[in-house]
Amino acid sequence: MLSEYAPIAALLVISVGMGILILFISRIFGPFRPTARKLAPYESGMEPFGPAIRRIPVKFYRVAVLFILFDIEVIFFLPWAVVFRDLGSYGLVTMGVFFFVLTVGFIYEWKVGGLEWE
Amino acid sequence: MFEVPSLSDLNVGATLPVTLLALGACVLLVVDLFIPRERKSITAWLTAIGIGVSLVFSLLSLSGAVEFGSGELAFSDMYRADRLTDTINVAALITALLGVMVAYDYLERTRLQRGEYYILLMFSAAGAMLMGAANDLVIVFIALELLSIPLYILSGFRRPQEASEESAMKYFLLGAFASGFLIYGIALIYGATGTTNLPEVWDAVAGVVAEDSAAKFLVMIGAGLVLAGLGFKVAAVPFHMWTPDVYQGAPTPVVAYMSVAAKIGGFAALVRVFGMGLSTFVLESGAPAAWQDTIWLVAVLTMLLGNVVAIVQSDLKRLLAYSTIAHAGYILIAVAAAGTAGLEDTAAQAVVIYLIAYAFTNAGAFAVITAMEKDDASNTSLDALRGLASRCPWLAAAMAVFMLSLTGIPLTAGFVGKWFVFKVALQADLVAAAVVGVLTSAVSAYYYLRVVWMMYFEEGEGDAATPPALAWAIGVAAVGTLVLGALPYLLSDMAREITLAFGG
Repeated sequence: MLSEYAPIAALLVISVGMGILILFISRIFGPFRPTARKLAPYESGMEPFGPAIRRIPVKFYRVAVLFILFDIEVIFFLPWAVVFRDLGSYGLVTMGVFFFVLTVGFIYEWKVGGLEWE
Repeated sequence: MFEVPSLSDLNVGATLPVTLLALGACVLLVVDLFIPRERKSITAWLTAIGIGVSLVFSLLSLSGAVEFGSGELAFSDMYRADRLTDTINVAALITALLGVMVAYDYLERTRLQRGEYYILLMFSAAGAMLMGAANDLVIVFIALELLSIPLYILSGFRRPQEASEESAMKYFLLGAFASGFLIYGIALIYGATGTTNLPEVWDAVAGVVAEDSAAKFLVMIGAGLVLAGLGFKVAAVPFHMWTPDVYQGAPTPVVAYMSVAAKIGGFAALVRVFGMGLSTFVLESGAPAAWQDTIWLVAVLTMLLGNVVAIVQSDLKRLLAYSTIAHAGYILIAVAAAGTAGLEDTAAQAVVIYLIAYAFTNAGAFAVITAMEKDDASNTSLDALRGLASRCPWLAAAMAVFMLSLTGIPLTAGFVGKWFVFKVALQADLVAAAVVGVLTSAVSAYYYLRVVWMMYFEEGEGDAATPPALAWAIGVAAVGTLVLGALPYLLSDMAREITLAFGG
């Protein structure tokens, strides 16, 4: 029973081993000239620590909400498209209803200027 | 392989009133974009027509003159179009129509005239209607969100004003918690029974109780969490804290609508979930359902707190907010009575009768406050009532009718509602709850009649403006309150055939 998990265990060992090996090799052969920025957890990324209350333009929030909305639309459409033929007219009409509601929201958002940055 | 249903299986016809309303709201959302700001009365009219059409279909379905769709169930057993659905539809649509009429002039004079107001109101009415038609716990949740989210936005509709913003934020945060409780309760009930379909829950709970398995604790906790979630919506006592603050801060026409619509939706769902789904949750044979004691205790607390705290209020909106809490208590007695085997139908009828009576009365009372309120949201204190009767005799008379109806004086709709609620409570042997109900009604007479006293017998500067739409709304509400009170058989005939019975 447990032997079925052997490939997973092997994968774990190999990946951990590979990671250690790469770090080890680069430490031996690569030049090592650390700076404060290079030692940060994310070298070119965000500041990992800092005050929690920062001013972020509210526009980003709107973009994020819109992104989630259309992301979910795609997630709903994809499995439907896969079994589109089997679902037939039933699938087409119900998806049409979903698309209608979405389009109404989209037109509204466009017209009230939700897609403009300035 | 999974069998694909055909389109006719959806039975869309049975859902016609709510489908039309939701469709109308979607179309209007786009149409409204092309209506210039100074001509938003067109949107108001189109909304009223949409609600009116839906109301006509509901009434046709209620009268039995036309049979829409085939059979009661629609959308894969998710939607149940029975007598309860029809009556809840009528109540929600009348409230929405009054909401539009009360709001129109207020929005005009406070420069808030935007089409979104009416469209959000339509969506939330569709949510209240769906809650009454829910045959599945998932629909209860989705409908609750559809009802609530537009209400959160509407409470903050007077946006630059701090009180309105605060009220929206408070309502939203606490409402999100309540939704969390509800969905957690639904998950636990699903865990115990393996289904979210209410008739199947009904069956499965009977099985769980018969087996005496540990799953009954899951049902118990689940039922408690569902009660908390829906109790928040109807402002029952441990979950009532938001009510006065939200009602005071939100624009008054919004309160006129939401104080009634949220209760219609919440109680319809309580009846569906507890009266239908969980009515087999009986721990000893022959005893009433296990949740009955909890609900009537909540009802007693709600009535006591609402009525006692209302006495010391000096702001009319806060006073009526506590009064809505008290009325949630009265209706909860009827919900508790549904726990006694054989009384489910009578209890559901009492709930519907009370809700319809309450819809006219409470929406009317808040409409009168809308008429009194100045553009800067002041002039809603009790003192502002002094001398109102001499300047606006008709308005004062209407307010007196609403106050008498809220007290439960005979010949008003409120009396009919209380009569049926207390009757079913006595049938269910909930004597203590009924006695507390009658006593707190007597207490409530003090603060309701004080309003009447101040209007008629004290000198002051009380004044109000009643533009046509608002005057019509108040008139319709007052006539409705009086007619339903004088001819109680109208309500009881309408509700008589409500049944929750199904299964074995």
